[in-house]
Amino acid sequence: MNTDTTPKSPGRDDAWRRELRDALTAKQRSAIGRVEMPELDPAYRITCNEEVNCGLTREQAVEEATRCMDCPTPTCMQGCPVSIDIPGFIKRIQIGDTDGAASVLRLTSALPAVCGRVCPQERQCESRCIYNKMGRKPVAIGYLERFAADNGARPEGSSAAVAADAPRIAVAGSGPAGLSFAGDMALRGYRVTVFEALHEIGGVLKYGIPEFRLPNTVVDREIDYLRSIGVEFVKDCVIGKTLSYADLKAQGFVGLFVASGAGLPRFMGIPGENAAGVMSSNEYLTRINLMGAGRPGYDTPVDRGHRVAVIGGGNTAMDSVRTARRMGAEEVLLVYRRSEEEMPARAEEIKHARQEGVTFLTLHNPVEYLTDEQGRVRAMRVQRMELGEPDASGRRSPVPVEGAIDEIPVDEVIVSVGVSPNPLIPNAIDGLEVSRRGTITVDDDSLRSSIPDIYAGGDIVRGGATVILAMGDGRRAAAAMHRALTR
Amino acid sequence: MFEIIAKSRFSERVVCLIVKAPMIARSRRPGHFVIVRVGEGGERIPLTIADADPEAGTIMLVVQNVGVSTEKICALEPGQCFTDVVGPLGQPTKIEKRGTVVCCGGGVGVAPLLPIIKAMKEKGNRVISVLAARTKDLIILEDQVRRYSDEVVIMTDDGSYGRKGLVTAGVEEIITREPVHEVVTIGPAIMMKFVALLTKQYEIPTMCSLNAIMVDGTGMCGACRVSVGGRTRFVCIDGPEFDAHQVDFDQLIMRLRAY
Repeated sequence: MNTDTTPKSPGRDDAWRRELRDALTAKQRSAIGRVEMPELDPAYRITCNEEVNCGLTREQAVEEATRCMDCPTPTCMQGCPVSIDIPGFIKRIQIGDTDGAASVLRLTSALPAVCGRVCPQERQCESRCIYNKMGRKPVAIGYLERFAADNGARPEGSSAAVAADAPRIAVAGSGPAGLSFAGDMALRGYRVTVFEALHEIGGVLKYGIPEFRLPNTVVDREIDYLRSIGVEFVKDCVIGKTLSYADLKAQGFVGLFVASGAGLPRFMGIPGENAAGVMSSNEYLTRINLMGAGRPGYDTPVDRGHRVAVIGGGNTAMDSVRTARRMGAEEVLLVYRRSEEEMPARAEEIKHARQEGVTFLTLHNPVEYLTDEQGRVRAMRVQRMELGEPDASGRRSPVPVEGAIDEIPVDEVIVSVGVSPNPLIPNAIDGLEVSRRGTITVDDDSLRSSIPDIYAGGDIVRGGATVILAMGDGRRAAAAMHRALTR
Repeated sequence: MFEIIAKSRFSERVVCLIVKAPMIARSRRPGHFVIVRVGEGGERIPLTIADADPEAGTIMLVVQNVGVSTEKICALEPGQCFTDVVGPLGQPTKIEKRGTVVCCGGGVGVAPLLPIIKAMKEKGNRVISVLAARTKDLIILEDQVRRYSDEVVIMTDDGSYGRKGLVTAGVEEIITREPVHEVVTIGPAIMMKFVALLTKQYEIPTMCSLNAIMVDGTGMCGACRVSVGGRTRFVCIDGPEFDAHQVDFDQLIMRLRAY
């Protein structure tokens, strides 16, 4: 009886793949050290917004690709939320077929250049690499994904493929879920219109993730490609406000995909949190990334603290501390209530933040902000914590150390303790079922909501997850909506 | 897109713009606001919609020149365009038949008050409007307000027009004269604070419309958070209108000074 459901790499038995495997022994292969990503010098990079990771050279990529054993049961694929054919694209890089590698990626991922940069590989694909079992560093799958996506040719799009009388599909939100959905539906021949509330297309990829981690040009390339295959974008349009669900139906749209994201910052509800100088990471990053605050020619202001505290341990917290350094803060404190081991941020972001001079204050939790006469924050009171029993997430939960409260002077605080689903669309559509947490309730497989022609995916369903899960949702919803429309 | 169709000047620093925005004109309700932006480097600025003409596809915005961004807006001429106008945002005003409603507006606060005055009147309320400003030239939209009000009281700080005194004096006189079932107040935060303190003494339900610092206007940034009844609320998605007796105006005033 075969109960093996492990994904396999298609074409593993092709002659060229066998030849590559036979060319080197496992010992020879594993003797090659893992590639180091070339990166900008920390002292230089905190003076600008340039991407820190420079990308692998062709030689580096080929050598790193050579390390991959092309395992019969590629456990790395189990670690990938969308089961990318990882050995398939890596082996193509090894033989110099970067275009072929990029095509393999695009079979599964709509945004490989983005995912190669922002996925937490050390917890996904790379955590399952066979090299870990051998006590060696895993193959740098993320670096290779980025290499193939950046350097491989993409299919030429043609909007002629979309017929003028094709069924119209609406998408609310232009982040990773919305973009992936739009691309897949356009390729299936639908007329797709993506509605974006902000004045820029890209959602969290633009307003949230800073350019030193994900340059806008990388996102714009994906958007240009979608335009070339016929996807239309409408900015400054809030579904549920500017246009209602009824308006969309009246305009002839036969389906709606809601991908409006988790754009509602959480606060901790502690005294002084509404003081001037205390803000959400969403506000801080949006002012700088989307509105250009601090750059000549942009009118939007932003606080420039000298001693900045960022509260939280996720990627957004890392983006905020690193941005604060780039905005000229002399001292940047990352305050996190658990220890570094429990931090949800990508390992690379933690490393980069340290290199850039961020001070980590782990096992501390703010309990109050103190203000000056003008009502501006001047200090925070932090409670020292220790780790207790594991909680529901499996991480050891932080417990206050009684009486251990310190006062630390700060002049700017950025609260980065998570986000909730944006309530705008859930509140605006009658009959749309919503969970107690405010997420849209959908069928697990089809991502169809309680209203048959509305589907939803990404953070509006998940509450606060990753780019790759959002992207995967977009693709699954597109497949399901297409099935429903062609039944 | 978002072309300025007409422009008039209410005073030296206050202009009224009629803007082409057909989708917003059709879907907006009293109390809604928009976010506008001028130029690619422009700031996102929230402005309450003062009026709309769904047939013509236009909305009316009243803007006071108080800084870099509002100066750019006030400099726009007919034929020129906003780079972005997004909306209608926020919760619409709850318009109910209450009996007698006092609508008091200070300065440019009269502009967002106008659609509420209109809707309150159409709902069958007796509407008494109190318009207040520093001086005569800053009293705006008087004719339009008169059209939908049963009575209009004008208050100026310097006595150059109407009665001399603060808005609260005008409101208190009405409250002591006849039964008032609701007060609506829109204007500078400090004015709304004192109106709220006054009406609280008389236990008259009072609604205020807050103007907070915002970036996106859709709940994303939290810059507009305000303490209402001890709970933190977002002006952009929970408001802009709140129970004035519950709003922490001192905190709001402090937050408005943040930039």
